[in-house]
Amino acid sequence: MKFYDALGLEPKLAIDLDDLKKRFYDRSRQWHPDRFSRSSSEEKQRSEEMTSMLNDAFRTLREPVTRAEYFLRESGLELSKDAPPELLEEVFELNMALEELRGGDESARGQLVLAQERFTGMLADADSGLSRLFASYDGKADAIVLEQIRATLNRRKYVSNLLRDVEKELNVHSAN
Amino acid sequence: MSTLQIDFGHAKPRIVGIDLGTTNSLVAVMDLTGPRILSGIVPSVVSVTESGEVIAGAEAREMLITHPERTVYSVKRLMGRGVGDVQDELRLFPFHIVEGSESVLKLQLGDKVMTPPEVSAYILRKLKEDAEDVLGASVTQAVITVPAYFNDAQRQATKDAGRIAGLEVLRLVNEPTAAALAYGLDKRKEGLVAVYDLGGGTFDISILRLHDGIFEVLATNGDTHLGGDDIDNLLLNIALEDLQSEWGEDFSGNASLVQLLRRAVIQAKEALSFAPSATIELEYGPRKYQREIDVQLFNRLIEPIVERTLGPCRNCIKDAGITVEQINETVMVGGSTRIPLVRSAVERLFRKRPHTELNPDEVVALGAAVQAGILGGEVEDKLLLDVTPLSLGIETMGGLMSKLIHRNSTIPASETELFTTAVDGQTNVLIHVLQGERELVKDCRSLARFDLKDIDPMIAGMARIQVRFLIDANGILNVTAKDLRTGKEHSMDVKPSYGLTDDQVEAMILESYDKAEEDFKERQIREARVEADAIIGATEKAKEDEAYHALPDAERIAIDRAINELRLAYHSDDHLLIRDQIEKLNQATMALAEAIMNEAVGKALKGTNVND
Ligand SMILES: Nc1ncnc2c1ncn2[C@@H]1O[C@H](COP(=O)(O)OP(=O)(O)OP(=O)(O)O)[C@@H](O)[C@H]1O
Ligand SMILES: [Mg+2]
Repeated sequence: MKFYDALGLEPKLAIDLDDLKKRFYDRSRQWHPDRFSRSSSEEKQRSEEMTSMLNDAFRTLREPVTRAEYFLRESGLELSKDAPPELLEEVFELNMALEELRGGDESARGQLVLAQERFTGMLADADSGLSRLFASYDGKADAIVLEQIRATLNRRKYVSNLLRDVEKELNVHSAN
Repeated sequence: MSTLQIDFGHAKPRIVGIDLGTTNSLVAVMDLTGPRILSGIVPSVVSVTESGEVIAGAEAREMLITHPERTVYSVKRLMGRGVGDVQDELRLFPFHIVEGSESVLKLQLGDKVMTPPEVSAYILRKLKEDAEDVLGASVTQAVITVPAYFNDAQRQATKDAGRIAGLEVLRLVNEPTAAALAYGLDKRKEGLVAVYDLGGGTFDISILRLHDGIFEVLATNGDTHLGGDDIDNLLLNIALEDLQSEWGEDFSGNASLVQLLRRAVIQAKEALSFAPSATIELEYGPRKYQREIDVQLFNRLIEPIVERTLGPCRNCIKDAGITVEQINETVMVGGSTRIPLVRSAVERLFRKRPHTELNPDEVVALGAAVQAGILGGEVEDKLLLDVTPLSLGIETMGGLMSKLIHRNSTIPASETELFTTAVDGQTNVLIHVLQGERELVKDCRSLARFDLKDIDPMIAGMARIQVRFLIDANGILNVTAKDLRTGKEHSMDVKPSYGLTDDQVEAMILESYDKAEEDFKERQIREARVEADAIIGATEKAKEDEAYHALPDAERIAIDRAINELRLAYHSDDHLLIRDQIEKLNQATMALAEAIMNEAVGKALKGTNVND
C-alpha cells in the first residue's frame, strides 16, 4: 500500500503515532522541495512527488478512521452509504425532535441533549471497538474482522453525521 | 561605496528575501550571523511622472499628494482580483480603471496602462536595486512573502510580478510563517505558536507546531481584505463628512484633497497608539480643518474591525485540532498590531502576553531571508512545512463544488481524479477548478477552466483521462493530465479566471527584463565613476602637498601613470575595469597617503604641545 510505503511502514491497522511522526519529519527533512531549489528540474520534480505523497500519506494514516478507510479501500472493500438498520427507529424519532426544535418547540431540546450524549458515547465505543479490531486483524488477517471494521466505520460515520446535525441545531437555537 | 574587493565572477549569487507589503516593502538577506535588512523601508507606492517615467517608493509617495490620479498605493489589495471584487475600494482610490478589466484589472496612470503585477514589479525592482547597491552584485533570485490566506490567483499574480521585475521567485512564503522563522522560536524545540499578523491590507492567523527545527503549520486562516487601510478608510469617511458639513462641499471626488486627508488621518491613527488623543489636521488653501479623536472614540470605531480578526482566530484554533490553552506563545506581526486595542484583544483571546520584541515592520522580511538561506543551503537546521489555506475542488453536476484537496493540507499536496466522456463521440471534457469552503460553485472562487481536448471519438465512458491536481510548495496549483489508454500526457488548454496568461507575462518580462539588467549595469558604472572622481580629486589635491614633492621620482611617475590609466578606463562601459584602476591608483598613492598622514599627525602633536 503506497501510503505505508511512503513512510517505510508495513501495512498495519494499528500504528504508533510517535513513530509515524518521526518518520514523517525525517523524510520531510530529506525530501522537501526546499532542499532541492538548486537541483535539476528532474530532481525537483521527484522531490515534489515524494513530498506530496508523503504529506498525503501522513494526513491519511495519522487518523485511525481515515487510515482504516484507506486500508479497506486498498483491500478492495468499499464503504457502504446505507444507514445502519439498527439505528432506523432512533433516527426516525430524532428527526421528529429536530423538526420540533426548528419549529420553535423548546420541549424537544431535552430529548436532543440526551441524543447528543448518547451519540458521543457511541462514537467513543466505536473508537475503542476499532482499536480492538485493529489489533485483532494485525495479529491474524481474518476477512471477517475486516468486515467488522467496515461495519464499525459505517456506523461511526453515520453517528458522527447525526451528532453534527444535532449539535448544529442545538447551537443555532441556543444562540438566538 | 566601499572599495571592498568583491569577486563578481565566482561568488554564489545571493537569494534575497522580500516582504512585498500593502503599505511598506523591505528586502533582507541571510548573513553568517543571521538575517539582515538590506535597505530602508520602501513605501509600496508607484507613480508615473509627467514625462512618462515610472518611479517607486518614497518619491512616489510624495506624488500621491501632487499627482494622485497617476499614483497607486496598496496595489497588493488588487493583486489577482477582478473588477467585481474591489468596487468599494475603487471608490477611494485616486486612479482610474480601464474598461475590460474583468479578469485582470488595468489601471490608467497618466498615459500608461498597467496591471497590478506590473505595478508591483516596479516596487520589486526598486527593492532589487537597493539590494544590489548594498551587496554590490546583481540580484536575480528571491523569496517573496504573501499573506497566508492569499488564494491561487493572488499568489500567481505575485509570482508574475517577480518575473516581470527580473527576479526568479524561488519560493512564495506565507507572511506569518516567515515571521515565526525570524523569531527563531525553534529554540524552544517543541511547542505551539500562534502568529497574528495585521498589516496594512491583510490579516492572517497561523498556528504552528515547532519540532526540532521543523516549523509545521497546523492551520491558517485570515482575510485578505482587512488591515490598517480599512481603519484609514473609516476615519477618512468621517473626516470627509465633517468637511461636507463644515465647508458645505463634498470633497470625495477631489483626489488631491482626499490624499492629503488620508495622510493626516494615518498620522492621527498612528499617534493614537501612544497617546490618549490625537488630532486630524488639514490645511487646504485658506481653510483649516481640525478634529480631535480620543482613544475611547477610536476604539469604538475600530472595534468591529478588531472583532473581524477574532473569528478567523477561533476557526484556526479549531482547525488546528487544539485548545487555546495548549498554545505556548503568540507572536504579533504587522504595523497595525501596535494598536493597544488589537493587542489587548489578542491577549484576551490567547490568554498570553504576545511577543512583540522584533520590529513588526521588519520581521516578515527577516523571515523571508531565513527562508532564502534554507533554499540556498546556508541554513540547514530549519524546515518549513506549510499548508494550503483554502480547499481546492472541481465543479460537479448541479453547480456543486466537489473538494479534492482540503484546506490546511500540508503542501505540496496532490489528488488525482479520473475523467471520461458522457456522450458517444465527445472529443473534449471541461474541468472547472475552484477554491473555497462553500458547497455551491457560485460561492467559491473560480481559478481556471481546463479543456481536455482532442480526445479520440469513442463510446461514452470509454475515455480514461487521469488528471492530477498538485498544490506546490508555493501554494500554487499545477494541473497535468494523462491518457490512461495510451499512457501519454494529454494536452489541455488553460483559461485562468483571474490574472494574466503565461504569454502575457512572458511579453511583459521581455519588455522589462533586459532593461532591468541594463539598469543595473549602468548603475554600477555610474557608481564606479563617482568613486573614480573622488579618488582622482583627492590625489590631485595631495599633489599640492609638500609630501608629494618629497617622493622619489619613480613613485611620482607611478602615481601620474595610475591617474591617466584611471581616466582612460573612466569612459569604458566596464565598471570592473574602472574599479581595477581605482585599486591601482590606491596602491600607487599608498606611500604618499602615509607621508601626508604622518605629516598631519606630526602637526597635530606639535599643536598639542603648544597648547599644553
Ligand atoms: N503606531 C501605529 N499605530 C497604528 N497603526 C500603525 C502604526 N504604525 C503603523 N501602522 C499601520 O500599519 C500598517 C502598515 O503595517 P505593515 O508595514 O506591517 O503592513 P504591510 O506589510 O505593508 O501590509 P500587509 O502585510 O497587510 O500586506 C499601516 O496601515 C500603518 O498605518
Ligand atoms: Mg506585512
